[in-house]
Amino acid sequence: MKSVFITLLLLASQTAGAVDFNRDIRPILSNKCFACHGFDEHERKADLRLDTREGAFQDLGGYAAIVPGDLENSEAWYRIVTDDEDDLMPPPKFHKPLTDGEKDLIRQWIEAGAEYRTHWSYAPLIRDEEIKAESSLIDHFVRAGLEKANLDPVGPADRVTLARRLYFDLLGLPAPVESIEAFRADESPDAYEKLVDRLLADKAFGERLAVYWLDLVRYADSIGYHSDNPMEVSAYRDYVISAFNRNLPYDRFTIEQLAGDLLPDATLEQKIASGYNRLLQTTQEGGAQANEYKAIYAADRVRNASTVWLGSTIGCAQCHDHKFDPFTARDFYAFAAFFADITEKAVGKRVANLKLPTEEEQAEIDRLKSEVKTTAIGQVLARDAALSQAVEEGAAQWGVAMREQAKQALLAIERSAKPTAFTSTGGQKFKLLEDRSLLAEGGNPDQADYRVTLKEEGTFKAVRLEVKMHESFPKGLSRGNGNFVLTHFRVKKGGQILPIETAKATFEQNGWPVAGAIDPSEETGWAVSGQTEEAANQEAIFVLREPVTLAAGEELTVEMQHRSKHGRHNIGRFRLGLTDDTAPNPPAGAEGLTPELLSLLGKEPKERTAEESKKLRDHYLATTPLLAPARAAHEKVVASLAKLEAGLRTMLIAESMDEPRMTRLLHRGDWMDTTGEVVEPALPAFLPKDSDLPADRRGTRLDLANWIVGDSNPLTARAFVNRVWMLFFGEGISRNVEDLGGQGEPPTHPELLDQLAIQFREDGWDVKRLIKGMLMSETYRRSSVVSPELLEKDPLNELYGRQGRWRISAEFVRDTALTLGGLLEDEVGGVSVKPYQPAGYWQHLNFPKREWKHDTGGKLYRRGLYTFWSRSFLHPAMMAFDAPSREECTSRRSRSNIPQQALVMLNDPAFVEAARKFGERIAAVEGNEEEKISMGMKLATGRTATADEIGALRSVYEWQRAEYTKNPGAALEFLSVGEAPAAETTEVAEAAAWAQVGRTILNAYETTARN
Amino acid sequence: MNSDFSTQVSRRAFLNNATVGLGAAALTHQLFAEAGLEQRWAGAVQPHHVARAKRVIFLCMAGGPSHLETLDYKPELAKMDGKPMPASFTDGQPIAQLQGKALTCMGPQHGFSRHGESGQMISDVLPNIAKLADDIAIVKSMSTMQINHDPAHTFMNTGTQISGRPCMGSWINYGLGSESEDLPGFVVLTSVGGGQSQPIAARQWHSGFLPSRFQGVQFHSKGDPVLYVGNPGGVSRDAQRKVVDGVNALNRFRNGSVANPEIETKIAQYEMAFKMQASVPELVDLSGEPKHVLDMYGAVPGDGSFASNCLLARRLAERGVRFIHLYHRGWDHHSAVKSGVEKTAALVDRGSWALVEDLKQRDMLKDTLVVWGGEFGRTPMAQGTGRDHHIKGFSIWMAGGGIKGGLSYGATDEMGYNAVENGVSVHDFHATMLHLLGIDHHRFSYPFQGLDVRLTGVEKSRVVKELLA
Repeated sequence: MKSVFITLLLLASQTAGAVDFNRDIRPILSNKCFACHGFDEHERKADLRLDTREGAFQDLGGYAAIVPGDLENSEAWYRIVTDDEDDLMPPPKFHKPLTDGEKDLIRQWIEAGAEYRTHWSYAPLIRDEEIKAESSLIDHFVRAGLEKANLDPVGPADRVTLARRLYFDLLGLPAPVESIEAFRADESPDAYEKLVDRLLADKAFGERLAVYWLDLVRYADSIGYHSDNPMEVSAYRDYVISAFNRNLPYDRFTIEQLAGDLLPDATLEQKIASGYNRLLQTTQEGGAQANEYKAIYAADRVRNASTVWLGSTIGCAQCHDHKFDPFTARDFYAFAAFFADITEKAVGKRVANLKLPTEEEQAEIDRLKSEVKTTAIGQVLARDAALSQAVEEGAAQWGVAMREQAKQALLAIERSAKPTAFTSTGGQKFKLLEDRSLLAEGGNPDQADYRVTLKEEGTFKAVRLEVKMHESFPKGLSRGNGNFVLTHFRVKKGGQILPIETAKATFEQNGWPVAGAIDPSEETGWAVSGQTEEAANQEAIFVLREPVTLAAGEELTVEMQHRSKHGRHNIGRFRLGLTDDTAPNPPAGAEGLTPELLSLLGKEPKERTAEESKKLRDHYLATTPLLAPARAAHEKVVASLAKLEAGLRTMLIAESMDEPRMTRLLHRGDWMDTTGEVVEPALPAFLPKDSDLPADRRGTRLDLANWIVGDSNPLTARAFVNRVWMLFFGEGISRNVEDLGGQGEPPTHPELLDQLAIQFREDGWDVKRLIKGMLMSETYRRSSVVSPELLEKDPLNELYGRQGRWRISAEFVRDTALTLGGLLEDEVGGVSVKPYQPAGYWQHLNFPKREWKHDTGGKLYRRGLYTFWSRSFLHPAMMAFDAPSREECTSRRSRSNIPQQALVMLNDPAFVEAARKFGERIAAVEGNEEEKISMGMKLATGRTATADEIGALRSVYEWQRAEYTKNPGAALEFLSVGEAPAAETTEVAEAAAWAQVGRTILNAYETTARN
Repeated sequence: MNSDFSTQVSRRAFLNNATVGLGAAALTHQLFAEAGLEQRWAGAVQPHHVARAKRVIFLCMAGGPSHLETLDYKPELAKMDGKPMPASFTDGQPIAQLQGKALTCMGPQHGFSRHGESGQMISDVLPNIAKLADDIAIVKSMSTMQINHDPAHTFMNTGTQISGRPCMGSWINYGLGSESEDLPGFVVLTSVGGGQSQPIAARQWHSGFLPSRFQGVQFHSKGDPVLYVGNPGGVSRDAQRKVVDGVNALNRFRNGSVANPEIETKIAQYEMAFKMQASVPELVDLSGEPKHVLDMYGAVPGDGSFASNCLLARRLAERGVRFIHLYHRGWDHHSAVKSGVEKTAALVDRGSWALVEDLKQRDMLKDTLVVWGGEFGRTPMAQGTGRDHHIKGFSIWMAGGGIKGGLSYGATDEMGYNAVENGVSVHDFHATMLHLLGIDHHRFSYPFQGLDVRLTGVEKSRVVKELLA
């Protein structure tokens, strides 16, 4: 079978002009027929499938859709050419009629025998041994294509263009004048190769390729949905840069991203790589349904991984079998199941699960950790015998001294009532403490009304109010100045006020008796001079006119109003009780002890268990003034450690759960339908495999990754090579670089793509070698200026008779401006940075509301790929130049040419700042105006300016200088855009005019054009 | 490269062939992706039939307005107030924040009255919109697929919850092109004020896989009205002109030697940008509007309010902008739905009315489609004093541009829960809107990921003919 296939392949390549199934016929059938006569059996009409030979040729009851070599008897042909609207295919209402050209191709194909072939990208990769000897595979195939079309390619590009091309393609940066000059002057035969090698070894190479890879894997610094909160994954970005710079083989690169955490003895790098699995969009939206988002995330991962590595649209099989490729819905869910082990919250904050201290930070952590141990109280006591003895004695005395107080305090708790509901106005909240007291927290308004509900069975004469201090108060009994004014104290049952006869308190501030709390006036109230040093707990008893009886379940409501004109005089902590007492008790001591400790203190020492004794001792150690200095020293170390750890760089990585989430086949993708069968991880059924998944355990992400880079998988190498080709030639060999499937594009040079893919694999997935092979070709080195003949005969450059030309990517536009301005900080990696961004651009983000606060210093001048990537509101300058939001995989950015780009380059402070610094460089050039201008042009374009260009720029210079001479204030204002200080000068008009020249050159198309 | 593709080829003719020809996907893709586009986009389709509307103004009531307090009168629900919600309505239904809670009916919190000759029932909190009763068609049987704000907006705008798809404003500009020489064809305005605000992301006006030129351009009420439209400090308009002239001169000289249509486009875009620098500030400056007009809208120049944005929308419409999307946030009434709806309604009622009335007076309503509605509605069940998100039935209204006025279309059940009569899905709404614009939604697609992707998706959807005048 295989040999037959190869023979056919060779035959096809030998018979130029013959109809080729994959190139000519499959796209027609896929686009016009497969939706109803293809893979998806649920959508299949008339039980006819045209995607397989068997289906097309089968006997339909005395006739067949296609009879090889027999047009007359092929029902499909009749249906295609008939005038009968009822019989016509595709049906007119489908709005996809066949063109005459397509009909003709189908006619030729049937007449020639209606030969079917495996779709090109699913066919195995087979080396063509004869071609291996050739110096450049690329030139071999490209030349053949041009010769066949009888077209001449354009000549090679000049060295300036070549150098700029290499710099933009390999580094994403403009070529420095010195490099261009050196390259021009180098007459050695390998001058070009040396330059290629040097750039491939430059650390900016990894940054350049990362920009593309990050689009594929949808890397971003924010979660995407709804509140779009930040998430920390920048270390993954740095991993990608480093991987390309280290030339990590593509198979390792693949495995580490999909399953780095599952590798035996995974290194830190590999764990970081596994962060790939956390890059998807997630949500924190309140009310979002966990199950729905689990389904959304599963689908997201299938879409991304299959597009990134396979160039496949398995994601399209979420609701039904794929219509154009042999993927089934089961394949989709089985693929999703590989990722079901990843620990994550469906809805909620993405909490980083890996800390990344620098070496210095790690040393400091180690030091602090050891200091935490040595400063621990136990260690301190072990070292200091005298202190230890004093503490032991103190503890014993304390135990005795506290016993009586503890009993009283416990009694006080027992006779209080546990509130069942409590509210306050003005933003306050209450915390119910263990001793049944309520502690005010939250806002502290000027005035506040408290309402507390008590449920206690029995008959009671009075209500007790204990007002208590707390360690959280600066002093006294309130969170304000320590004093309070209780203007009203009311008791209600069933909405009825129970009149209060009298009130008594343990202490009353002069002029502020507790009686003031039961009269109707808001001018009067109970206060206690709590702001004085001698502040103490106080108690008041409010005696009811009639005793109140509460049956089971009945409630009493106590209202405590603080409506004094003295602001923030609100009781900070209090406890209520129902009682028959008619006078207040002196407040019990033993504050700060939990009921448990109080009862332990009340016990005879010998009755305490060892554990109970330890509890008491621990409390003593934690509170005794004897150890206050030691405790403070220890806490300081603990706080330093916590602060250091909180500020560490972190990373979200994949973490595998023991029990993976259950993956069900969802009918029509409906997450609420729980009737679908449970599926286990499995590889797409129709694609070849080196071996089956192990039967004795569940398939893992590692298994998936190994299959992706396995020998028999025909897609991975094709997909990657095709995309790399696009980076250096402008278009893929198969021009739809996203989808190599049935709805994609047949390759313009199928043999070339296959041979490159095979070579890449056999070279050990060596990315730099693959790239170098492309760069060394004659095809790469051609001029991009098109000849009239090529423009006419090959307008889309499908034969590569010339190089491509395009505007560089958003990040590189920024990098180019910063380079020309001499501002670029070329540090590699680090957490994402925030350059200038218009104020208020984030105003529509919420939960929480936030402001973009731009960085300062060097961080303002980092390369574009380090800019904080917000999915909801991507930096507007990046967006204008087609940077994607990275919500989904982007395998090819559009390259638009829109007015917003002009607005950004003319007016964004980052570009204005770069332009004026560029102007300074131009002004600093030694020589006359023309020489300065000429150098400015050279810095930006690498070439010598023409007289016309110099003339135009001189006119800009002279006009601006005249204007700014008239208005030096404006010159100063212009020269202070951005934070980089302007060079000192007394000639501000001249400086501003040169800045305008810099701005003009920066904005010229050529400056950001790769030719 | 394709950037050499000559602009002399009639793009429209080419596309019409290309979309039915071999390799269409690649050709269209490359064409749009890169250079050689004329400055003003003429549109990818010839109208499939006579268009009734030339432009759309979408007043997005973001957060999910309660249909039960605005457009859908439910006397039976009032009778059920405080009683348990019959389980037959809610079993197995997606629920947002009320998941796992007891479900109790809450009667309508505001009264409704009959208005106009048509006698449409409209809530008393919308007294001005009520005056439009005979101009608007109220669709009371809307339903959507997404129950949380962000995905629901995405669904309403793009027809799918999957990110990265173009929104309707982009689709329409792609299809019909721009009528403006110096303004973008798709403008987004977001009003300030209105209390609690759900976030709203730029993805709601993103062009997705369509070229960036079809992206919505957000206008701001503070700072530069369009990002970067203001000159840098110390640069006068004349100085800017001189720089643009210099840039264009360099580009022209260069193009003389390399003949790259991309450079020609660049020159045109710099001219367009320079024009925008003047036209945008002029456009957003409402101070030249007569007092009676400002009063009619209740607009105060520069306040960024919904009313001011409505007036701005009219000015944009006059200048040929194809799709104008106004967002007013603040309809997310999980609590205090009574006072909340009253407050938010008061912020949008007058501006909405004034816009329709003003368009009518200028004879522009006949070809301007105005849409008023949110991403979903709210539950008949109480969530404390508020209502939760609800997707099975809600209401919007439309006016102008070929819409039959004075009409109530479709209905929810007596509880206002399910759309039970003449249901209208989001895709049906899109199909109807496109129809009014002269586009057959079946025939309006863009090749992406091997599919001919439509705004209306793959499921069956229909033009709601009953709404057409």
